[in-house]
Amino acid sequence: MTDVTHGHASSTGISNVKLGMWAFLGSECLLFGGLISTYMLYRGRVSGGPRPSQIFDIPFTSVSSFVLLMSSLTMVLAVSAAHKDDDRKTNLWLTVTALLGATFVGGQVYEFTAFYKEGLGFSTSLFGSSFYTLTGFHGVHVTVGIIMLMSLVGILKRSSVPGKKAEVVEMIGLYWHFVDIVWIIIFTLVYLIPV
Amino acid sequence: MAIIERPAPTLPTIVTPTTTYGVLKRPVSATGWRSWVFTVDHKKLGIMYGAAAMFFFIVGGVEALLIRLQLAAPNGKVLNADLYNQMFTMHATTMVFLFVMPMAAGFANYFVPLQIGARDVAFPRLNAFGFWAFLFGGIFLNLAWFLGGAADGGWFMYAPNSGPVFSPTNGVDFWALGLQITGIASLTGAINLIITVLNMRAPGMSLMRMPIFTWMITVVQFLLLFAIPVITVALFLLSFQRNFGAQFFDVAAGADPLLWQHLFWIFGHPEVYVLILPSFGIVSEVLPVFSRKPLFGYPFVVFSGAAIGFVGWGVWAHHMFASGLGPVSVAVFSLTTMAIAVPTGVKIINWTLTMWGGKLWFTTAMKFAIGLIVLFTVGGLSGVTHAVAPSDTQQTDTYYIVAHFHYVLFGGAVLGIFSGFYYWWPKVFGKLLNEKLGSWNFWLMVIGLNLTFGPMHILGLQGQPRRMYQWTEARAGEGFFNFAFWNLVASIGSFILAVGILLFLINVVITARNPQKAPLDPWNARSLEWMTTNPPKEHNFDVIPTVHHLDDFFHQKYEEDAATHTMTQVRTAEEIMAEQERNADKHIHMPSPSYWPIVLAFGLPVITMGLIYSLLISVIGGVVVLFAAYGWALESSTAPDSDFENSAPGSGLDKVAANHD
Repeated sequence: MTDVTHGHASSTGISNVKLGMWAFLGSECLLFGGLISTYMLYRGRVSGGPRPSQIFDIPFTSVSSFVLLMSSLTMVLAVSAAHKDDDRKTNLWLTVTALLGATFVGGQVYEFTAFYKEGLGFSTSLFGSSFYTLTGFHGVHVTVGIIMLMSLVGILKRSSVPGKKAEVVEMIGLYWHFVDIVWIIIFTLVYLIPV
Repeated sequence: MAIIERPAPTLPTIVTPTTTYGVLKRPVSATGWRSWVFTVDHKKLGIMYGAAAMFFFIVGGVEALLIRLQLAAPNGKVLNADLYNQMFTMHATTMVFLFVMPMAAGFANYFVPLQIGARDVAFPRLNAFGFWAFLFGGIFLNLAWFLGGAADGGWFMYAPNSGPVFSPTNGVDFWALGLQITGIASLTGAINLIITVLNMRAPGMSLMRMPIFTWMITVVQFLLLFAIPVITVALFLLSFQRNFGAQFFDVAAGADPLLWQHLFWIFGHPEVYVLILPSFGIVSEVLPVFSRKPLFGYPFVVFSGAAIGFVGWGVWAHHMFASGLGPVSVAVFSLTTMAIAVPTGVKIINWTLTMWGGKLWFTTAMKFAIGLIVLFTVGGLSGVTHAVAPSDTQQTDTYYIVAHFHYVLFGGAVLGIFSGFYYWWPKVFGKLLNEKLGSWNFWLMVIGLNLTFGPMHILGLQGQPRRMYQWTEARAGEGFFNFAFWNLVASIGSFILAVGILLFLINVVITARNPQKAPLDPWNARSLEWMTTNPPKEHNFDVIPTVHHLDDFFHQKYEEDAATHTMTQVRTAEEIMAEQERNADKHIHMPSPSYWPIVLAFGLPVITMGLIYSLLISVIGGVVVLFAAYGWALESSTAPDSDFENSAPGSGLDKVAANHD
């Protein structure tokens, strides 16, 4: 999937891989739409367990959200470097992006552990089930993104990427930005808006 | 073989495959089982989709016959209650997810690239992966029969019936996880076909010159793209509840079981258009060819198809009128449901007017197409009666509903698929199906399906509920409305239907043994897929066509006389093919076969099997998936030129290379 056309013009002028990623992200919107709707329906149903306002640590999550948003900036720098054929900088920024992403995931693991200790398990309440499912799905998406970024760094170093490098970097960039945007929505709806 | 050298038959291309992981050589076989298992050719995959879907059609059909045997007489003893529940659940699941959807995917795979003048699809390996994921997912779903019992909650698997309390066997787990796998297959297939249609059209093939079949398939792929993730969410919630103690549908914990119904039908209603629109596309190809007229109102057919695609998202709650949604919701969804009948009616009028004044040629394909118009209309009309909410409240969960959706799905989707078989068989296999047997096939199916599903209207209005494994003499009623009589008629009808389908299979065998080849253009057809040999060469077209008209192949054969406005034939199909041969591209670069799609797809059921039995198995499956994913990412979809001797890299390559990834 990761290699590109032999310079043959496509009907739309956009390469297959890039258009394919856009289509996939369109589909992902509905996936997160379903998960977010489930959470919004159930967030007030705590059945005696902790309420959202009792366990959320807004300053902590704000910082980890900021880290994730900054990773979009470094991703842009990686794409820009890839377009300039600057392998060293591409690798550098891809690595930084992955590290920022990993920091975010680390924060999420810490947060889940803290919530669990405060009494919110996966099966404690409908709030618990839907909270962990929604944010967990997002965390898995970030993790998959990190794996793709690190694989890309490895492949670029061996310079064995099939197809145009910049195209591949840009495609993974699209995915990364999407995951970040989804987090903005989740952060707002889950953490900032009170039940 | 990935590079086609022409014209140099005396100098075969010598292939030295590249290695993957430094050890495995790329598959290169052009014959034998390897040429099928590792293929990325959209035509071979189309045939494999068709064959696998046909197998599941027979499985689902046998399940249906068992249901009808059970209900033929009062106090049926063929199946016990538990087995009966599994039977109707798996009958519906099989027919929807493992027959109609993959059969449509088979037609789409085979004909969309040919109809838009392309040499392959946008993502050939993803295409192969989609097929294997569908097949393995389908097998996984049916494994439940042998591992403690299949799913038994009905194909829409309402909560809380789907929970561990009411469905204690692993059947529902197999169902939920198996549908996740076939969902992945549909999603990748949708992305592949959408990008193929958007990006790989031949020069001059604007969207409004695309054949209707391709248009309808495109609408379907967009429906799948946005509907599949919704059922993915629903299935995840269900699996999490059953396997990890989540509470999503646990009413005792304060959950709202309607959440499942909403998620399911937000997927499920676009899904019914996923099932029917491919057949609408097929008959829109068949009717003009056998009426000797262009399709009446092509843009209306296109836009009504797209309108169905949009409005199809706003009608889902008509499946839930009896659940107490409240008057406003019910009124809104009543209105939208009636509104969606309009674009469907537009299509029926366009098909009828296509035939109006045409020189009708009643081949079997044409008969099936006309059968669709008539019988789908019957199902559509009973559908409008469901849109009227008060009337629907009476019909909910009765056989009237069963009658309705079998008229639209069997009378609509399945007849369209059979029309496609008879129309395109010579294209795919180079031989014409026997028309005489075809006529028997058609009439037995039509008589059988009317006898089976027609009486269900009466049974339903009399109050026979769906999904009851027995009915009793005491409640059968009297006279014309006697349950016993109409249930018997329906059961006899189902066997007539089965004989009709058996005749099709016999026809296939007879045709395969018949040495007579089909003529190049047996139906005097209109669209680009007929501008190839029968069956098409691996690279489809010797020259990528340049398109000037809607129905371009027809316009290459016929020219309009300016004075009389009559069409006169100026060239035959043979002449057009000969000209293509003369100007054939010298150096055509096709995507190479690959191990990774089937390996990656195989990892998926291993993972899901582990989720049911032991997470250790899941880990093994995960390793297989990762291994295959890296193998996939590291190999180029088209083997490099250095693999091939006799190839001339550089010159001319860029101009004729197929546009694929």
